[in-house]
Amino acid sequence: MPDPRRGPNRLGAMSEITREQVEHLAGLARIALTPDEIEKLTGELGHIVDSIAKVQEVAGQDVPATSHPIPLSNVFRDDVVGETLTQEQALAGAPEHDGSRFKVSAILGEEQ
Amino acid sequence: MAARPELMDYDKALEMFEPVVGFEVHVELSTKTKMFSDAPNEFGGEPNTNITPVDLGLPGSLPVVNGQAVKYAISLGLALGCSIAPTSRFARKNYFYPDLAKNYQISQSDEPIAFEGSVEVEMPDGTLFTVPVERAHMEEDAGKLTHVGGSTGRIQGAEYSLVDYNRAGVPLVEIVTHPIIGAEHLAPELGAAYVETIRDIVRGLGISEAKMERGNLRCDANISLRPRGQEKLGTRTETKNVNSFRAVERAIRYEIQRQAAILAAGGSITQETRHWHEDTGRTSAGRPKSDADDYRYFPEPDLLPVEPSLELIDELRAALPESPAVMRTRLKAEWGFTDLEFQDVKNAGLLGEIVETVSAGSSPQAARKWWTGEIARLANAAGPEVEASSLVTPQQVAELITLIDSGELTDRLARQVLEGVIAGEGSPSEVVEKRGLKVVSDDGALIAAIDDALAAQPDVLAKIRDGKVQAAGAVIGAVMKAMKGQADAARVRELVLERAQA
Repeated sequence: MPDPRRGPNRLGAMSEITREQVEHLAGLARIALTPDEIEKLTGELGHIVDSIAKVQEVAGQDVPATSHPIPLSNVFRDDVVGETLTQEQALAGAPEHDGSRFKVSAILGEEQ
Repeated sequence: MAARPELMDYDKALEMFEPVVGFEVHVELSTKTKMFSDAPNEFGGEPNTNITPVDLGLPGSLPVVNGQAVKYAISLGLALGCSIAPTSRFARKNYFYPDLAKNYQISQSDEPIAFEGSVEVEMPDGTLFTVPVERAHMEEDAGKLTHVGGSTGRIQGAEYSLVDYNRAGVPLVEIVTHPIIGAEHLAPELGAAYVETIRDIVRGLGISEAKMERGNLRCDANISLRPRGQEKLGTRTETKNVNSFRAVERAIRYEIQRQAAILAAGGSITQETRHWHEDTGRTSAGRPKSDADDYRYFPEPDLLPVEPSLELIDELRAALPESPAVMRTRLKAEWGFTDLEFQDVKNAGLLGEIVETVSAGSSPQAARKWWTGEIARLANAAGPEVEASSLVTPQQVAELITLIDSGELTDRLARQVLEGVIAGEGSPSEVVEKRGLKVVSDDGALIAAIDDALAAQPDVLAKIRDGKVQAAGAVIGAVMKAMKGQADAARVRELVLERAQA
């Protein structure tokens, strides 16, 4: 029995977000989702996309795209050296280290 | 061990296919601090000491843009003939790899600070080639990973990586070209010349050390082939780890030959990252392009847009130094080099070294002679990837030349001093001291040696008096031998001739 509290129908989503897309996103974000969660998120993400589409309809050509809610720009820092962490402080949160460097499990791959 | 891939003869490959290349060049800016934190822009020392919470992406930390880095990026954009964006934004490039602790790199995506320019590149034959630049954008460098544990993998689970984040957050500008068409059989040479031109531009601007061997300047070379007459671009590969101008050239030539062999045999090229191996002169397959390349860029919410004023842009434009092409014309005239001499210096990538050697007090001709002669020879002998500029500094060369000019060293002794300097024995003066290589300038000692030589060859003086000046050669040779080469042959000759006239 499908749970009536979740799923696309309850949210009335009309978007084209598919299960496959959610699985793909979860994979990219390294999040393990259960089949139930995938189903729920497929609906919720669809709903979010629909909501944004509605906002886009309202915003006319005269409204520029924005990435930040505060109308500020050009906030710069002077090129002056400040305080740094000590090596001990830097490594304090590391699950593993060799005394000077962070230790991570072997990475099969390359730098990006 | 993979079988050696088949390569097509280069000329045949060019007959069948048209090469298209493109470059992504990363330039590390030499600001005092990092791109988004006030940690020192220094790495290579004690690991994980030049970092702040921002560089580790610790919770609650906030990046703030380094204003100087923005100015450097604008200057570089202008020098590349780019338009400067009235508004540009930073974006998060999301990927999971521990070279950055945040799991994203702050970069610029669809709103780079500089876009659409071009670079005039001088080819080895002196002609100019225009490389179209798509964009130059700001981003942060990543940390350094050291992989521990052999590839043998005998001990299960023993392999791991160690991460030093000192380099994480160092300001970078990435310069991306459009696909470059038309270089034809000179595509490899164009690659090397392009990267060298970028090096000259950033050095001229004084915004980067720009040493390839130190990774201040890094090049990824995109290469594809298309059959003659075909409009559509072929599938490209992206070759990384090309750490010298020569490597850029060799890697492009190799990829052209490799891809041509595959295509001619009816195969297809895999779109992938490839790694250049300097020792074998080959590339090997790296990571194929995949889902993981879906970086899900989105505007960096912690940073505000960069909106440089027209006044700032004009100010930076006015402060631009002369372009490398203009500078070359000027230097050639100032130095009085012949076309051939100048071309040799340029092709050897030694213009900058000679500029610095001359400004450290040497004559242009002496600087040219040493850099393109003995130093280049020693670099060659040290291996194909060794650049002359990595062996000695211009200041050391200038000091060496000063010692020669003042008569303290002969060319022969200077070569020994040079070896000592390269071996890390100190400055030229220190090597002279330690190795006892000073020229015997004590005329008394020279005259004594001349007298000994004349005693052994009593007829020489008479011959000289008869006008056979070349007879002095035998005496000079004997004196130089007695002095173990540590005498100025010209001075010995003078003394011998004086003796004959006495």
